[in-house]
Amino acid sequence: MTCEEAEVLLHALIDGELDAGHAREVEAHIEGCAHCAALTTEYREIRQAMAETDLQYKASPALRRRIEEALPQAQPRPLPQAVPSRRAVLRGFAMGSAVSAIAATGLVAIVLRNDDEQRVEAEVVSAHLRSLQAGHLTDVISTDQHTVKPWFNGKLDVSPPVIDLTAQGFTLIGGRLDYVDARAIGAVVYKRRQHVINLFVAQTADTERRAAKTNTLQGFNIRRWSDRGLNYWAVSDLGADELAEFGEKFETAMRANKEG
Amino acid sequence: MAVRASDDDPEKARRFREAALPYLDEAYTLARYLLRDAADAEDAVQECYLRAYKHFDSYRGPAMKPWLFAILRNVCRAEFARRKSAPAPSDDLPETAEQAPMWNEPTETPERQLLRRFDGDTVRKLIAALAEPFRETFVLREIQNLSYREIADVAAVPVGTVMSRLARARAMLRSAWLAEQERVK
Repeated sequence: MTCEEAEVLLHALIDGELDAGHAREVEAHIEGCAHCAALTTEYREIRQAMAETDLQYKASPALRRRIEEALPQAQPRPLPQAVPSRRAVLRGFAMGSAVSAIAATGLVAIVLRNDDEQRVEAEVVSAHLRSLQAGHLTDVISTDQHTVKPWFNGKLDVSPPVIDLTAQGFTLIGGRLDYVDARAIGAVVYKRRQHVINLFVAQTADTERRAAKTNTLQGFNIRRWSDRGLNYWAVSDLGADELAEFGEKFETAMRANKEG
Repeated sequence: MAVRASDDDPEKARRFREAALPYLDEAYTLARYLLRDAADAEDAVQECYLRAYKHFDSYRGPAMKPWLFAILRNVCRAEFARRKSAPAPSDDLPETAEQAPMWNEPTETPERQLLRRFDGDTVRKLIAALAEPFRETFVLREIQNLSYREIADVAAVPVGTVMSRLARARAMLRSAWLAEQERVK
């Protein structure tokens, strides 16, 4: 390998972007070349110095507001007039080029995942894990839904439904206040055999019913659904089939409650 | 740009907010480095979000950040085109710029002193002084932590080009860094 090649490839080495074979070649060159070795050290130092410096900018609250106002509101209401951007020229540029550029480079990929949804699911699993540490599972311990439900009053902006599912094989053991997505959230705790199920309940602006989806994260199953303005995440180490059974029993009982 | 009435779908708007608004600071950071002007950067970011919302139906991942960045970059390029006096945007750059020499003699060893640390403002200035398209590649890598593949997708160039631009960008930054070190000695 020549120095000229190494001077380009050593960056990919620093960034961990080289496969093992190329990495070995570059490392071998650096070992035998004082010039490239010194350069690599300097680049690593600069990189380190930059990593220790705050180089981000923060969007101003005014910009956030401008964008918020220009987007349709989550609740249907008359569309506000979009705040015009300062330079008209920015408007005219065809979006097509961005989209075709992305398509051409394969960024339009197979997976349809919502980053944010994923992040919240990860937080829900963390909250579940925290709850399993000794003494963290419940703030109010009761197998009586009429004790657990009032306990949430005044602690949250939403009263999570607390349903007794003992007859269906899921024992209510209590409730807890938790934090997910930087918000206080209600957790209703159930057990089947020795398996804990945390049912997290949060308010959502969206009143539409969304059918349940099951995901697996860090070995836990998460069943997520939305109904009547509430988002639900049931998290457990129970198998997906038993967690699905829990979700179905819960939803059936909810419907019976509302209709009855 | 007003959002068309047909785009006024509360569910879509909610999903878009949840997916895209968490990257507002990152988008603004990229626009600041690309445009080197706070007001232009704000306009570009707003425009980027409105375009992204319009095209959100066709968004299929894999990651929101590079998708937003690809849109933002195009908005910024339109802004470059408007500033006729400004350096040409990256894709129109003459071939020779890619071949620009690297000042890459390492500092004298072994007495070379440790690299001097600068405050954020100084480093931002050094980065802002980098020529396009090296600045773009550099910021996407060092500040936004994108992979080479993601940078290639955002900038619509092959990964090999990302690699050579990054090498050039770091070489330029290094000389600027050392010059600044010399200056403030």
